[in-house]
Amino acid sequence: MKTPMTEARRPAGSTLVAHGILAFFTVLALAPIALIVMNSFKTRQAIFGSPLALPTPETFDLIGFTSVLGGSNFGSYFANSMIVTLVALAGTIVFGAMAAFALSEYRFRFNAVTGLFFTVGLMIPIRLGTVGILRMMMSADLVNTRTALILVYIAQGLPVAIFVLSEFMRTVSMDLKNAGRVDGLSEYEIFVWLVLPLLRPAMVSVAVFTMIPIWNDLWFPLILAPGEQSKTVTLGAQVFIGQYVIDWNSVLAALTLSIIPVLALYLVFSKGLIRGITAGAVK
Amino acid sequence: MTASMSLDSLTDRDVSAVRRPVRWHIAVFLAPAVLIYTVVMVLPLVETLRLSFFQNIDHHQVFAGLANFRTLLGDERWAYHFWNALGNNTYFFAIHMLVMVPLAVLLAALLSLRRLRGGGFYRTAIFMPTMLSFVIVAFVWRLILSPLWGITPNLLDALGLRSWFAPYLGKEQYALTALGFISVWKELGVPMVLMYAAMLAIPDEILEAAEIDGVVGISQFFKIKLPLLWPTVGVVAILTFVSNFNSFDLIYSEQGVSAGPNYSTDILGTLLYRTFFGAQFQFPDPHMGGTIATMMFLIILAVVCIYLFFIQRKLVRYQL
Repeated sequence: MKTPMTEARRPAGSTLVAHGILAFFTVLALAPIALIVMNSFKTRQAIFGSPLALPTPETFDLIGFTSVLGGSNFGSYFANSMIVTLVALAGTIVFGAMAAFALSEYRFRFNAVTGLFFTVGLMIPIRLGTVGILRMMMSADLVNTRTALILVYIAQGLPVAIFVLSEFMRTVSMDLKNAGRVDGLSEYEIFVWLVLPLLRPAMVSVAVFTMIPIWNDLWFPLILAPGEQSKTVTLGAQVFIGQYVIDWNSVLAALTLSIIPVLALYLVFSKGLIRGITAGAVK
Repeated sequence: MTASMSLDSLTDRDVSAVRRPVRWHIAVFLAPAVLIYTVVMVLPLVETLRLSFFQNIDHHQVFAGLANFRTLLGDERWAYHFWNALGNNTYFFAIHMLVMVPLAVLLAALLSLRRLRGGGFYRTAIFMPTMLSFVIVAFVWRLILSPLWGITPNLLDALGLRSWFAPYLGKEQYALTALGFISVWKELGVPMVLMYAAMLAIPDEILEAAEIDGVVGISQFFKIKLPLLWPTVGVVAILTFVSNFNSFDLIYSEQGVSAGPNYSTDILGTLLYRTFFGAQFQFPDPHMGGTIATMMFLIILAVVCIYLFFIQRKLVRYQL
């Protein structure tokens, strides 16, 4: 005897169910992370004795962190990851924006072909060329350098960056650019002073979702730059944790040290990130 | 007559004035991207494909035609590993499609409920594992599933399901399934947000019209929202396929280079790594590595083409 209207007017029950399901998945997403971070601050006995308890003054212990920071080069791994990620990011954005501008602004003979050339990279993962990449890096003497990683990540990021940025470039008003040309600006000046500033939101989105795969990548650091000098934090954590599986304090501390910066970054950028993913895909 | 002549010559000169000079700025804008992309991505890919047609005999590269492919698909020692990895990869992908996609749709549908509060919080939280690297994810779950630590057995005990516990990652029959679920745990965020965006794009008028017609709640979801969502499901499927068929990090971090136990979690990415770089009882072989990479390339290319030319066209896109 229920009419649809009464159902629509009585949302409390169904909203409660929705909250229940969402809360369940929230716990499922966060609890494993919380468990690791929480236990990394506890003594060995407390880790095994009461793994689900928060650290208390009695069980609080930083032994894991001191042994990780003292016994490994985590600091230099962090520096490597930062340098590789930031330089690769800058290269992807700048070169990607330049190419996107050329492809969306001018008509020239190879425009469509060049666009298609980059589109292939959207679908074919760069990893499939690893055998060739390693050979090239060896002949260029770039193995175990950050430069090798930076070049690979720029090549990996370019197709997506060009694709998304040219979508946004097409929305920049033609009148604005032509006004610049009438005022005697060169094409370079138009790009730098008129187009780039309008593209800033799109570039932030591209930056955020280009950055995560670079920071988190294990494959290329493992293959191109496994040396101590060029190790990234993802590879460093992998090697370190693999060696210390028995020392739970150190393993948990190493995991926490790798998680915290990513979480901090995420909480700062989460809005832009999620907007960026949807903008890139829905466009 | 003369007037039109002069007009013609004028426009001609104008056109040539615009077209004649080489527009160097186009080349300058394109050069860095084309150069890096070509040298670091395209040429090595071509080189990898080329290597698969050669063999190394007495330190000389010899053209071998399709011999490497015949070895990979026919020779017992290789064929077993290749088909095993391909089968495991397909199973891994199937878990994502059957578990991750429905979950993403469900969560997106709940998040887009108009009366729901705190949606932003749930979305941010459920997305968080996506930010972590597979290395971290692998070790987090190894610790949680470890019989030594006892988190999982004790939780199952509390639910009265103690007998369900097994060292999932160490048993041949469970390991790949467990890894599939771990991967879903991490990868759920992006599909969920994509589905969510697609649902928000449905105009309110359509939903209001449905409500006036008495189509609400679950039937509204199946009759109105889901049909509008199929194109997004297609995008998620193809993205997941490409990422699954070149994944490596999770299996390598969790199970090691041999993708144990007894190769039960071996996928194409780990097989490629072992072949190219060598492992226990195995010498590095760039030519067979190139052959496996070429097979992966062909598989991904074929599926992407099938998707673009057949499936994507069948997915009805409604003009909203």
